[in-house]
Amino acid sequence: MNVGILVAALAFWIAAWAVNIALLRARPEGGALARVIDLVVPLLFGAALLALWEGLVRGFDVPPVLLPPPSMIWERIVTSTGTLWADFRQTFLKAVLAGFALGCGSGFLVAILVDRVGFLRRGMLPVANLMAALPIVGVAPIMVMWFGFDWQSKAAVVLVMTFFPMLVNTVAGLEVAGRMERDLMDTYASGYWQALLKLRLPAAMPFVFNALKINSTLALIGAIVAEFFGTPIVGMGFRISTEVGRMNIDMVWAEIFVAALAGSAFYGVLALIERGVTFWHPSYRR
Amino acid sequence: MGNPLMATLTTPSELAQRRPVFRAGGRFDRLVPILTVVLAILVLWYVFAVILNAPGEIDRAERVGHPLSFTQTITATMDARRPVLPAPHQVVAELWKTTVATPVTSKRSLIYHAGVTLSSTLLGFALGTALGILLAIGIVHSKALDKSLMPWIITSQTIPIIALAPMVIVVLNAIDITGLLPKALISMYLAFFPVAVGMVKGLRSPEIMHLDLMHTYSASRAQTFWKLRGPSAVPFLFTSMKVAIAIALVGAIVAELPTGAVAGLGARLLAGSYYGQTVQIWSALIMASICAALLVVIVDAVGKVVTRRMGVQP
Repeated sequence: MNVGILVAALAFWIAAWAVNIALLRARPEGGALARVIDLVVPLLFGAALLALWEGLVRGFDVPPVLLPPPSMIWERIVTSTGTLWADFRQTFLKAVLAGFALGCGSGFLVAILVDRVGFLRRGMLPVANLMAALPIVGVAPIMVMWFGFDWQSKAAVVLVMTFFPMLVNTVAGLEVAGRMERDLMDTYASGYWQALLKLRLPAAMPFVFNALKINSTLALIGAIVAEFFGTPIVGMGFRISTEVGRMNIDMVWAEIFVAALAGSAFYGVLALIERGVTFWHPSYRR
Repeated sequence: MGNPLMATLTTPSELAQRRPVFRAGGRFDRLVPILTVVLAILVLWYVFAVILNAPGEIDRAERVGHPLSFTQTITATMDARRPVLPAPHQVVAELWKTTVATPVTSKRSLIYHAGVTLSSTLLGFALGTALGILLAIGIVHSKALDKSLMPWIITSQTIPIIALAPMVIVVLNAIDITGLLPKALISMYLAFFPVAVGMVKGLRSPEIMHLDLMHTYSASRAQTFWKLRGPSAVPFLFTSMKVAIAIALVGAIVAELPTGAVAGLGARLLAGSYYGQTVQIWSALIMASICAALLVVIVDAVGKVVTRRMGVQP
């Protein structure tokens, strides 16, 4: 046991907590300074958490096979960027993006169709709502059997997983345009398509982006889990399951770091686009 | 609206609204479309079963030297031994065979496997809900916790947590923690996010006026919590618990994959995919779906009863 490191980590944790509390006391309401503080506080908290992790692991001599310290994981990330990039390309750039685009695209189109035909809406929506709650990841072995080991089968899993949230959300979104606005479109003698493109779709955008954001996480989960059922010798899910078997836990953490980074970046990009598209929404108004 | 002048002012959509869509037999009106869609899915399933299984069956028959006629091909695809896509009745037959016709104690009983998965789901769900509620209470009552923890909770939802599952299982196995608990931990990890986020929203849902009222009563924080914040968070709690229990099940199933677990629905999926037993995969998948639907329905029902007891108007 290494008491010095333990004490240092604990001291850093307490100091960070104290600084955070002091910062929050000094935080003015609104303004640039408040925004900086809102950013610094969680970052400091995260840093303190990492320091505590590092300190506890090193202080109690936890074997790296159980839990490697963050510094060791970082070292592994830096030394094996080639492998990580190849896995990222296989899983994210091929499987996730293709499946995400196809799943969200088809969900969106079917939603417009369902919205147009009242009978379909009454029939499809309850079924789609049910499907959205089911453990769809389970189709992974079937898709691997149908479409082979390469990324196509993973994209298929992602497609199925992302389809239903998109369908349900878009249908709900298409209903939010208020009566007044729809009546206004009627008085302009606008047809179905004009009302759809100029009023109802823009009004549905918050819902569509909600689905896109939910799906961004689902897509990564789907692709990684599908790789547990068989892959060529590359891919994030494949790497995780094999390196766990070889007890290279630091490599697993490196892979999780990449997955976390990819997931957050994907979500962040979608949130930025959302901000641009739905600038009129109350949640973005200042 | 008896005034004829008013009628001229009625807008088209108001007219549409007044059209009696749900007359007597509204339940019937609602059921017909759903049943139609379900029927359409079944028909499509059969069609695809024929299309996907036919090449394999024709091939097999030709190798034996007995080419199949058209009708023979169709019947063969309905009863293939290793179908690409099993026909629905094959899945139903397998489900019947493994649930009703097999004793529950047998390793081949799907009820036994579902029970294994459900037990870790429920344990993980309970732990996750408790953790989520505790976190939410902390976040609502401590500004420091709110500002430092909440951004991470939201960020962590964008991370494919499931990637952690194999490692957690294997590492816990290495230090001799096996069986229910590791799987339940994965479920817990997935389940606590929606509960924490929903509860924070719920605990903050009382209006300022009501909070001020508690203040004028000089209520302590604990009193405000038990008498105002807590009760008003209950509907939020049940909404997020429905999400949580669905993903707790996903977590339990995925947690069964990496170690090649011998029991559970995930293990059935894995074994089915190793040995090419498509009927087994499909029946495990349907079983998992039934479980998910049942769990969500139960949580929903409990939520309805509880909120009605607490005086929420339906």
